Amino acid sequence: MTKGTSGETLALTKRTLLQTSAAAVLSAPFVNRAWADTVELNMLGWYGTAEPDMVGAFEEANNVKFVPKYYAGGDNMLAALAQNPPGTFDIIHTDAEYAKLLIANELVMELNPDDYPMDDLLHEDFAKFAGHWDDDGNLFSLISRFGHLGVSYNKDALSEKEASSYDSFWMPKLKGKVGHFDWHLPSLGQMSLLAGNANPFDIDDDAWEAVQEKTMSLKPQVGGYFDFGGTFAGLKNGEMLAMCGIGDWVTGILERDGAPVSSVVPEEGGIQWTESYSIVKTSEKKDMALKYLAYTMSPEGQVKTAQMLGYPGHCVTGAGRALLQKEDEAEAKRSGQIKGHKNEPIALIDDGRISYRDIPVQQDLEDWNDFWSEYKNA
Amino acid sequence: MRRLNAYALTFRLPIIIWQAIFFIGPLFFMIAMSFFLVKNYRMVEAFEFKNWDKMLSRNYVWDSYWYTLGLAALSSAVASLVAFPAAFALAYRSSESVRRWAIFLLIIPFFTSYLVRTFSWYVILAESGVINAGLGYIGLGPYTMLNTMFGTIVGYMTLTLPLVVILQTVSLASADRSLIQASQNLGCPPWRTIFAVILPAAKTGLIVAALFAFILSFGDFVAPYYLGGSKPPTLPILIIDTTKAGQQWPRAAVVAVIMMVTLFVVAFTAIFLAYRKRGSK
Repeated sequence: MTKGTSGETLALTKRTLLQTSAAAVLSAPFVNRAWADTVELNMLGWYGTAEPDMVGAFEEANNVKFVPKYYAGGDNMLAALAQNPPGTFDIIHTDAEYAKLLIANELVMELNPDDYPMDDLLHEDFAKFAGHWDDDGNLFSLISRFGHLGVSYNKDALSEKEASSYDSFWMPKLKGKVGHFDWHLPSLGQMSLLAGNANPFDIDDDAWEAVQEKTMSLKPQVGGYFDFGGTFAGLKNGEMLAMCGIGDWVTGILERDGAPVSSVVPEEGGIQWTESYSIVKTSEKKDMALKYLAYTMSPEGQVKTAQMLGYPGHCVTGAGRALLQKEDEAEAKRSGQIKGHKNEPIALIDDGRISYRDIPVQQDLEDWNDFWSEYKNA
Repeated sequence: MRRLNAYALTFRLPIIIWQAIFFIGPLFFMIAMSFFLVKNYRMVEAFEFKNWDKMLSRNYVWDSYWYTLGLAALSSAVASLVAFPAAFALAYRSSESVRRWAIFLLIIPFFTSYLVRTFSWYVILAESGVINAGLGYIGLGPYTMLNTMFGTIVGYMTLTLPLVVILQTVSLASADRSLIQASQNLGCPPWRTIFAVILPAAKTGLIVAALFAFILSFGDFVAPYYLGGSKPPTLPILIIDTTKAGQQWPRAAVVAVIMMVTLFVVAFTAIFLAYRKRGSK
């Protein structure tokens, strides 16, 4: 026997128990139906792309629930796709060099460029970005944001002027204090730029040989090879004073927290990462996925992608950038997304100081990775 | 001919099925996968030796192999040596309740994520960390401990030491006390009692404890990556690196098979040594 708050006695008899249970069972389908109204969008993306700060407003407005599967590195994205049955993911967030593999393997659906503000993109290259379109000029992957990789450094150890060349990695005071982001493409791309290759990923065998030699000479300076967490911790606790292969997408997070770190595009040039969204061909929620893609290109969506807590990026549309300057001037200034700023990303592209990251053109990807393993073991 | 015992089979069958589904099956698949090919970033079923050729002919694979083997052996030795005094004290110098509490406390670290425990070493081992801050007060340091072999060994100890202490304690506590008393009654000095009586009596458990430390360290990715800075990479790191090179899972499978074969050889050798009777050939 239990007593209700009003004072009457509630008898938990076998009959009331059966009645309550029957009522619960009979009402279950209605409860399920209420839940079913919420659309689940499965996102395969880099960390942070389906967190509340990024998708929360869209979820609330559209009764959607994002279910993320995060990866680090395009190969892991391909692995996740291969290891899960078709239809597991609805949206893929990836880098341009891997988006083109998705298109080549016919894994993603065609998009209509007229649905997006392509004429408001901040740079003409973005409108027909290599890797987002197929050979027949059809759009399959929608550009969402970008960032630049250069020299990331501890401001207490290096001045911006010192960090403005990849040669700074060889400075005696950085012995054992240079870290690598443990992915061969960005680090070797930067070494290729230092070796004077205008297109760092499209180099002949002699140039590739020179890149390997130059990279190997950096080995005595190297303190370790890190993933995102290790890179973050290494820079934060001062174990690493300079990092090769990263940029503001890591130091920006630490900088927001007041850590004395920064990134600069050096005189030899920087490398651009370019992220995009694609919709998986086998998705059964294409309409909602399309709606989300449109949202990411809206001014509000663009601001969210620039502010993303996981790691920051640059807006790709003029309207997005304008709203960012209005709503978060500090972040716009910090990341150089203001016309006339010395690190204004579009001006850097126009000045020819930026190369778009790619997979090796004249060598196999595995050749680059083989060398990377040799380098780590040297 | 022995009759099939249905009662015994009922209890044995689940573990047999479990092993078949989750160990033997995947093991055979992994071996088969090492012969597959990757075309256009997709695995294609095949029976080719290209992956084996490629991996076995690369110096960096062998460099990683010997480094990992040496590191795991060092970890096993360090864990065994560091654990022994604690296990000895718990087995012979502590009351039953103290031993029970100690074993309970040794189990507690397993309640938390190994990754979290590893990351917590950053605060302690960093150049601006707790140890160097303490050493700074007496005019020493700072010393680089993170991203070194020392860091890796610290990580391995985080993983293995509690287990090794527990296994050694149980093993030492189970040794025949009458033999120890006999050696003491016959005037044997303490150190000789340890080496001539206790160690041989607890040999099996001590070797098994060391074997566990070896197995866990040999296959661990976290400590050499996060505390050793992947410098140089161990075989588990090499597996990750290989999968990042254009979906080369078959080549990663080659490394995994090499690791499995090594572990089988080490484990069988250890078990042989553990159960070998004194004087037997």
